[in-house]
Amino acid sequence: MALIHADNITKNYRMGDQQVAALKGVTFDIGEGAFAAFVGPSGSGKSTLLNLIGCLDHPSSGTLQVAGVDVASLSRNAAATFRGEHLGFVFQDFNLVPVLSAYENIEYPLLMVRGWSEAKRREQVNKLIDAVGMTEQANKRPDQLSGGQKQRVAVARALVGQPKLVLADEPTANLDHDTAYKVLNLMKSMRDELGTSFIFSTHDPKIMNEAEQTFTLEDGRIAGGQS
Amino acid sequence: MNTTLTLAARNLMRYRRRTLLTALLITLGVVALLLFVAAAGSFKQTMVGSITDSMLGHLQVHRKGYTASMDNLPLTMSLQPRAVGLIEDALKADPAVAAYSKRVKLGAMFSNFEQNSSIRLNGIDAAAEDAAVPALRQRISAGDKTGPLVERGKVLVPALLAKGMNVKVGDAVVLVATNAQGSVNGQTFTVGGILEGITGPGGRDGYIDIQDARELLRMDKEEVMEVAVRLKSIDALPDVSARLREVLDTTIRNKEDKPATELHTWADLSPFANIVKMIDMMTFFIRIMLVAIVLVSVMNVMLMAVYERIREIGTLAAIGTQPRKLMAIFLSEGLLLGLAGALAGVALSYAVVAALNVWPVVFAFGREQITLHPTLAAAEVLGVLVLAVLVSGLASLQPAWRAARMNPIDALRHV
Repeated sequence: MALIHADNITKNYRMGDQQVAALKGVTFDIGEGAFAAFVGPSGSGKSTLLNLIGCLDHPSSGTLQVAGVDVASLSRNAAATFRGEHLGFVFQDFNLVPVLSAYENIEYPLLMVRGWSEAKRREQVNKLIDAVGMTEQANKRPDQLSGGQKQRVAVARALVGQPKLVLADEPTANLDHDTAYKVLNLMKSMRDELGTSFIFSTHDPKIMNEAEQTFTLEDGRIAGGQS
Repeated sequence: MNTTLTLAARNLMRYRRRTLLTALLITLGVVALLLFVAAAGSFKQTMVGSITDSMLGHLQVHRKGYTASMDNLPLTMSLQPRAVGLIEDALKADPAVAAYSKRVKLGAMFSNFEQNSSIRLNGIDAAAEDAAVPALRQRISAGDKTGPLVERGKVLVPALLAKGMNVKVGDAVVLVATNAQGSVNGQTFTVGGILEGITGPGGRDGYIDIQDARELLRMDKEEVMEVAVRLKSIDALPDVSARLREVLDTTIRNKEDKPATELHTWADLSPFANIVKMIDMMTFFIRIMLVAIVLVSVMNVMLMAVYERIREIGTLAAIGTQPRKLMAIFLSEGLLLGLAGALAGVALSYAVVAALNVWPVVFAFGREQITLHPTLAAAEVLGVLVLAVLVSGLASLQPAWRAARMNPIDALRHV
């Protein structure tokens, strides 16, 4: 069964008086354990698509199933619950909570979203923080970490709740070349270890090559099929 | 819950200076309110104490209609012996009554053999008066302060009159009075002491022995114009006055079978009761100022906090934080800010009040010296704390709601 099933989804925005069609009928399937990339120039609709898969927005029409759930019409609270239980997010600017330490940032979803017990949390957070190689920086606040370290913490935060899918919007855009590869390799090894699917958007050709499945978006449509 | 508070506390400390300034504002508001309440309370207590303990007593009983014409001290509106007996029975039967004093009140001419003036006199039983208004003797500025208040043949002269007429303790004076039948009588008295005046009705009265007063008026029956009553506790005044009024109204009736006596509390008789009301009203307005200070300052800070952390809010929402939890994070931040400011204010207020009791502030109020001994009632302190925290919560409500309602995509895109 496909992890994500999208059938002819469209998304229209209203920008002032104008109706903007960000997605003009997109159809694709992504299986479990995927390492897939949406690529394309800015404005091609890849961020919009990622937002729809991430249940941060509703498609204007079409069918969108994530992990077997029809997410096209989830309510605000239900969408939040769904994201908390099934999805992880990695952002371009890392988006760690500045007042929380690396450990606490990773712990946050378990504590504030999932409500796990203390012992269970400690075990899981320690496992993840070790897996991303940040054990020694566990007590540091984000402003004491380098960009690569921050993104490692963010990857651990995305994975800590054992989601089926991690969505990463331009995860390497603010990292230098070597660090970007390291973060990508980390994500890939996490996929191998935990079976979590990773989907990211990028417009960096070098990063695209790391993806096992690439969807090229052009003007709101998937162009040239998938590779 | 703990994490929410930790987040709130850490976020407050993220902008240390702004947080401290805002908390300081709340602190100052709380201090201003608590100190005003404490000082006004002390002033009220001192003034009420001086009025009740050295002059009026806690409540007074007169013949019906007497207080309406109290200024001209009517001799015809006296309580007859039978009524006095019933009043005494009622007072003795009530366990809340500590003491009472029967007074014969009269207006007289005061002469030092060179010039005349008028004087308002209370004829009293020294021991009973002492028990009913124990602070009266503290007003004696010249003469014997430790002996009986008055003795036969002696008069306590109010200070202003003594000064104006140039009489001193031991001088002979003549008191001339017209009695209820219109005949004039005069007697020679010795000045037994000088009495400092105080604010309010009766504050500039003289005192003689009740038997002297009756002789001067050639009163053949044991009539009384006024019974001043002291209670064991002034706090019981509303209950006791209602209770006594009912007993007196049912037992003492006139020919038309209507109540023949009237009972008034000190507050009915003294204009200071209105000053008390004014003070309470001022306290109310200062409370409103505090509410305004807390409301504006906390709301300002929380609106800023939400605006500065839009991307953070977007992140937390994206990774699955429920809107109500986002709201709780910001609400608790505002509540914590208000609580911290208010707690500091309470601590500071206690310190200032303690200092004011070590180095007291003295005010001259008319001819009186009022020394403030402010105290902070636990209930008042608690009330102010609750108010500050409640208003902080109220002020954070809108910003917190904004944070909770934010669209994660727009929030994440915010620069």
